[in-house]
Order: sequence, then structure tokens, then C-alpha cells
Amino acid sequence: MREAIIDARGVSKWYGSFQALKDVNLTVHKGERIVVCGPSGSGKSTMIRCFNRLEAHQEGEITVRGVRLHDKMENIAKVRTNIGMLFQDFNLFPHMTVLMNCMAGPMWVKGIAEAQALETAMKFLERVKIPEQAHKFPGQLSGGQQQRVAIARSLCMEPEVMLFDEPTSSLDPEMVSEVLETMTSLARDGMTMVCVTHEMGFARAVADRVIFMDFGQIIEEAPPKEFFENPKHERTKLFLSQILQH
Amino acid sequence: MLYSDTVEANKLVHKPWFAVIIFAVSFALFFSLDLSGSIFGELMRPVIGEPADSGLYGRFAVALVLAVIFVFNIVLVGFLPLAAQVGVVWFELLVLFLSFFYTFNLSLSFIASKLPFMITQGVFTTLYVSAISIFIASFIAIIGAVAKLSNNGFAYAIASFYTSFFRGLPLLMQVYLIYLGLPQLGFIVDAVPAGVMALSLCYGAYMTEIFRAGIQSINRGQWEAARSMGFGFSLTMRRIILPQALPVIIPPTGNQFIAMLKDSSLVSVIGVWELMFLARTLGQKTFQHMEMLISAAIIYWMLSICLELIQSRIERHYNRRTAR
Repeated sequence: MREAIIDARGVSKWYGSFQALKDVNLTVHKGERIVVCGPSGSGKSTMIRCFNRLEAHQEGEITVRGVRLHDKMENIAKVRTNIGMLFQDFNLFPHMTVLMNCMAGPMWVKGIAEAQALETAMKFLERVKIPEQAHKFPGQLSGGQQQRVAIARSLCMEPEVMLFDEPTSSLDPEMVSEVLETMTSLARDGMTMVCVTHEMGFARAVADRVIFMDFGQIIEEAPPKEFFENPKHERTKLFLSQILQH
Repeated sequence: MLYSDTVEANKLVHKPWFAVIIFAVSFALFFSLDLSGSIFGELMRPVIGEPADSGLYGRFAVALVLAVIFVFNIVLVGFLPLAAQVGVVWFELLVLFLSFFYTFNLSLSFIASKLPFMITQGVFTTLYVSAISIFIASFIAIIGAVAKLSNNGFAYAIASFYTSFFRGLPLLMQVYLIYLGLPQLGFIVDAVPAGVMALSLCYGAYMTEIFRAGIQSINRGQWEAARSMGFGFSLTMRRIILPQALPVIIPPTGNQFIAMLKDSSLVSVIGVWELMFLARTLGQKTFQHMEMLISAAIIYWMLSICLELIQSRIERHYNRRTAR
């Protein structure tokens, strides 16, 4: 078995009296590409937001590279720099240029020298194919370009694993493919990824495992071929028939 | 500017019924005031004869002429383009205002003799007391805002006690309390530091709320993005949140500065030689209070106008930077 990067054991989480996660068990191995799908409100986003502790879980245990996440930890920044995260709304820093967005993390968090941060930033902006926008502000770019900048910004921290929280959900249809292309090429290069997405074509093409969640639980977990062609649970069949009928 | 429709209906001031109402109201007003004894009566002397003896006829004639001029003025100004309208109305109000002061028979030579001292001593003191205070107040406000937003019980309690106390007491009372109260504890403070302290603490309390609102106006996604990259609290605050909150914070802070400029007049009660203090004392010897008070009023007003201009400059600067 390959080494585990993220390991979740029996994780439960409540918002007040509403239980958002119920006994979630998931191990993300190095180099693995996992796609998480499920109806809205099923706990997909909550789960991956627990992985870098943007949200706190109340029961069970999450370890990242052997470091247990809990509310008194002092080295959370070190854990987080190792986990890249992409958001539905990009969350770029609007008051900084694209280039500065990419340089901020390495310079201020990791203490890397400006010249080297600049070099890294340009390298990854080229990687996502928008080096020519480096000196613009995020507000001047299209949604697809902004999400690609956000991917570059994450890559600049040189994380070991990347979490994608519905990265294409707020994009216009014609911009979805440029972001998916970037994500696919990342996957090809062996990046460890956990993607919450409804893009089933992407799941089919790159995922090692597809996970279906509902009511805060992992209902089904299978390689994409098996998941799409031969789902076991009724809930999964219903969900797939609903999103694949178009 | 408010949202204006692209369709322009008839202008209100050009509707006949509106002009008639304005005429009726202004005529009634002028008639009831009996302006035949005023400068307008003098001007109409060829028509109404001796103003004092003109009686009801004179009163009627003067009111009629003034009302007609007034209505014509409004209708004519209605035809001008927007910018010219603003200019003309400003100018007319200013003339009315000055003619009101003119009736006081102010001694201009007395004003001229005292004005240099009022500016070098009074304006200078007012400006530096306000500037130092707004600087300290901004500093207090940042700390107060962060404390009020924090999960730390001590910080929240201290900050909310502070804002509650200093917003709840009249500024004049704070000035007295600090100037007369601190010596009781053994700290003797001069008038200027005491005044600066009172202004800073009071405005710091108001500005704490402004800063808090500004910080809260930033989308929580910005916090999440920064946190997910390993940014700590203070780094996120300094580099991500505050720079974005500034455009929200600056307009009301400019307002506070203008308000402080005028409230600094309250420290005159403890003998700081600022503009208000000089306005009260310089005219005392010769009982020419009105001269000094009116000059000080005009100086305050002009200073405020300068600050308004600076504020709109800064706002435009930030708008340009964040323009989408």
C-alpha cells in the first residue's frame, strides 16, 4: 500500500443539532486522485474543509502526514502549507496583482526570497497558461482565468495534496473546460487530489476512486468504471440517473 | 449620486402649479415680515415713497416685487445645466448669508487686525491638536476593532467597556474629567495633552465601530483563502483584510476628522489657545464678540471644506484601484 497523506477515521461533525458528517472513513494515498460527488448538502465540502481544518470536527481523528488535527495545535500553518485548496468563488486577493497573489504565500509564510518567489510564480503561471496576465488585477480577468490563477497560487506553495471545492461550479459553461484541462494536466503529473465536483466526465477520465456521499455519510466508493457502470446502492443509482440524463 | 432614470419627466420647477405655490408662499412670507423698512424698501423708494410712511401699500408692493423676482429666479435657474445650477444656487445662498452678516455692522478693520494672530495661533493649534488626536484615535480604533472581533473574553470586555463609556459621555465632560480628574491621581497634565487625550479617547471609541464594520465587510472567503495557505491571524489582518477594508473605512473616518476639527473647540474650556478660545477672548476687551465669532466660524468652515476636498481625492484614489 502506498503511503497515506490524509487519513480520516470515524469523523463526525455537527452544526448545532444538525449532523453534517457521520462516521466518515477515508484515506488519501500519495498520488491518488479522488473525486467526491453527491447531492448538495451531503457533506462533501464540509469533509474536505475538515482536512485542512477550515472546519473543526467533533468526533474521530484526522491525520495529515501523521500530524493529528485538533483545536490546540500550534503547527497548523505547517500542515496547511502542505495542502492546497481551491474554492468555488476563487477567493483571490482582489487588491493584489495576479503575480503578487502567487508570491504572497511563499514570501510571507515560507519566508522565501522575493527573486525566487517571482521565479516560482512565473513558472506556475506559465503552467496554467496565463503568464501574460501576471500584472493585472484579479477583477480584470474572466472567471476561468481567475480559477487558473488560484490554482497557480496554490501550486506556488508546492503542496503535496490539493483539495478542490467545486472549482467549476460558479463558472460559465465555456470556461469550465479550461479549468478542467488544467486540473487534468495536474493529475497527469501525479498530483494527489481530492475534488468535490459534479463534472462526471472529469471523474471518469482522471479519478482513481469516486466517492458518493449523502446525508453526511460515504455511501459508495469505487473505481470510476465500476462506479458509473455498476453502482451498488439505490441512492447512487438515483443520483447518477439524475445527473447523467442530460 | 442616486440612481437616475434615463427618462426625464417635466421639471418640477417648470410646472405652473409649482411656480404658483412658490409665489403664493413667498409672497405671504414677505408680506407678513413687512420688509418696507428694510434695504428693499429703500431700493423701492421711487415707487412707494418714504418707506416708513408707505403703510399697507408699501408692504404689499415690496412683497410682490420680491416674490416675483424669487419665482423668476427659480424658473430661470431650472433651465441651466446641472453644474451651473449648483454653482448659481451656491453663489446666491452665499450672498444671502453674507448680507445677513453685513446687517451686523461688523468692524472689518478690527477683524483684519486680529486675523493674523487667529490664524498663526488659533488655526495652527486647532489643526495640530486635531491631527495628533485623529492619528492616536485611528491607532486605538484598530486595536479596539480587533479586540471587539476577537474570541478573547478579556479583550472583548475591555474594548466594549471602553467604547460604551467613551461614546456614552459628553465629550465636554470627558475633557473636564481628564483635565481635572487626573491631577487627583497625582498626574498633572497640561491643557494640550489633556485635550488631545480626551479627543483621542472619544473619537477612538467611535472609530472602533467604524473599523470593526470595515473589517467585517470583507468576505469570509478572503480569510479562508489566507488561512488555507497558512497565513496566521496578524499576517492575514495586515496584508489581506485591512488593505481591503481601508476603502470602506476611509470615508467615515474623513467624516470623523471633520467632526473632530470642530469638536476640538471644546478643549478651549481648559484654556488651550485654539481657534474657539481666541474667538471668545480676543473680542472681549472691546465687546466685539460678533466680529471674532463670525471670523472663527468662517475659518472653521473653510478648513472643513479643505478637508472635504482632500477626502474626496482619497476616495477617488481608492475607487480607481479597486475598479472592476
